[in-house]
Amino acid sequence: MVLSFYDSLYQIDLTRKSQGTPFVGFGNYANILKSSSFWQSVGRTAYFTVVSIVIEMVAGFFIALLLNEKFWGRGILRSLLLLPWALPITVDAIMWKWIFNANYGAFNAFLQQIGLIDKYQAWMTKPWSAMHCVIAADVWKVTPLVALLLLAGLQTIPKQLYEAALVDGSGWWRSLFQITIPLLMPTFTVVLVLRTLDAFRVFDIVYIMTQGGPANATKVISFLTYQEAFKFLNFGRGASLAYIITMIVALLAYLYTRSMGKQIEY
Amino acid sequence: MGVKKRKLMRSIVIAIGSIILTTVLIAPPLWLVISSVSDLKDLLAIPLRWIPQQISFERYAKILFSQGPESEFRIIMKNSLFVASLVTIICVAIGSFSAYAFSRLRFPGKEKILFILLFSYMLPPVAIIIPIYQIFSSANLLDTRGALVLVYSAIIVPFVIWIMRTYFDTIPHDLEDAAKIDGCSSLSTLFRVILPLSVPGIVATLLFAFLMSWEEFFIALILTSSPAAKTIPVAIAEFSGRHSIDFGMMATGGVLAAIPPVLIALLFQKYIVGGLLSGAVKG
Repeated sequence: MVLSFYDSLYQIDLTRKSQGTPFVGFGNYANILKSSSFWQSVGRTAYFTVVSIVIEMVAGFFIALLLNEKFWGRGILRSLLLLPWALPITVDAIMWKWIFNANYGAFNAFLQQIGLIDKYQAWMTKPWSAMHCVIAADVWKVTPLVALLLLAGLQTIPKQLYEAALVDGSGWWRSLFQITIPLLMPTFTVVLVLRTLDAFRVFDIVYIMTQGGPANATKVISFLTYQEAFKFLNFGRGASLAYIITMIVALLAYLYTRSMGKQIEY
Repeated sequence: MGVKKRKLMRSIVIAIGSIILTTVLIAPPLWLVISSVSDLKDLLAIPLRWIPQQISFERYAKILFSQGPESEFRIIMKNSLFVASLVTIICVAIGSFSAYAFSRLRFPGKEKILFILLFSYMLPPVAIIIPIYQIFSSANLLDTRGALVLVYSAIIVPFVIWIMRTYFDTIPHDLEDAAKIDGCSSLSTLFRVILPLSVPGIVATLLFAFLMSWEEFFIALILTSSPAAKTIPVAIAEFSGRHSIDFGMMATGGVLAAIPPVLIALLFQKYIVGGLLSGAVKG
């Protein structure tokens, strides 16, 4: 019990220090809020978050629907879902960096051999496609987890509802939109908040695959903070950025606990 | 629209879906494994040869047994193993006691402390790294494995408490009351009744703590620089810069880093899936 108290104090201290020490006045904040590089990185983070979450949710939902059916090999498929999840993010990043390689990458080779492109493309050196390479690496890793969470949600929906709907003459699509999706909403919400929080962590993939480039196209907010603090050694500015991130995360964490509260009621 | 036709449609959709899903899940890591054992000539060939003409495990041997510059990777793997194991032990030891307290005792500010715990776990590392860096640099602990163990424990313990608490909450109070009537003290109730019942939860958290510290990259990147303290993710990131010509070597490092977590995930999948769901969905 003493340990637990000690431990909780220790935690509080750590977060407090992180918020207290860098308080060097509001000049940094004003500068950051005025700078275009900050707002651009916020925009990129938002773009990354929205695009990857939409793909992950939609793909994850269909995978969950698939695995909710009974068929041969379902167990094996479900185990396979753990593969991307278990792979360390850094390994995920070098793997996709190598696949999207401009001169020798498997992605180029594949597209060329099936005849979609006739010359190898430099995917990672064009701003627009580089961002989508990073998103692809993230989507591949995270979609299986989303699918597992949604699958668990699906399995809590009583079968009788579908049987009743079938008797009433409702087709597959109609059951999907009128039963499955509404009843899955709480799970969707939880996944949404969790993934939004994760988006502020996106660093490893960007660091390894693009270093924020080309032309800052993939410089998301966490990478900007890292650069300010540890490349330009501007600790004050970096810390102010960190504090802004903290505020956003606090807000999201609050929303998260509230959405969980709702789920328990339901 | 006959029932038969509908059943056939269903089978076709399932078959196509499964095939696509399997391919997408397996192809990228498989390519990483192939890259690690094929000759560089095959990898750089255009058009690309998907199946290597000969397979060699030379790169693995180089990393695991040779004395050359690649032997550094061996030390780094040991660092990772050391850090991850120690963090796991610390977190589960502290975390399960605290979680029991949070689950069973009533004390002022409990809800608030729980929220702070959850919050401190959710904070992205980038938000707390600067003070951490300053603390360790003033304590002369930069570039040591101990620093990593401390920071990881501080981050992972809240997570362990959060998950274990939900497990403890599912164990009925009646069991403890019965144990107390039979003369058990609080501690021996915990050890004889509660802990044996929560083995699945403990195993799951053990594995999560291990996996999280095994793959953590950002903090390790900032706090460590020499091979004496570096962990695998940092080495991998360097590989991708330094060995940017020898893709095979990069792939080999990646495969080696991925083997322990992937094995763990597949061997203990029941516990892991259970843990994922109770941690993320039920709260």
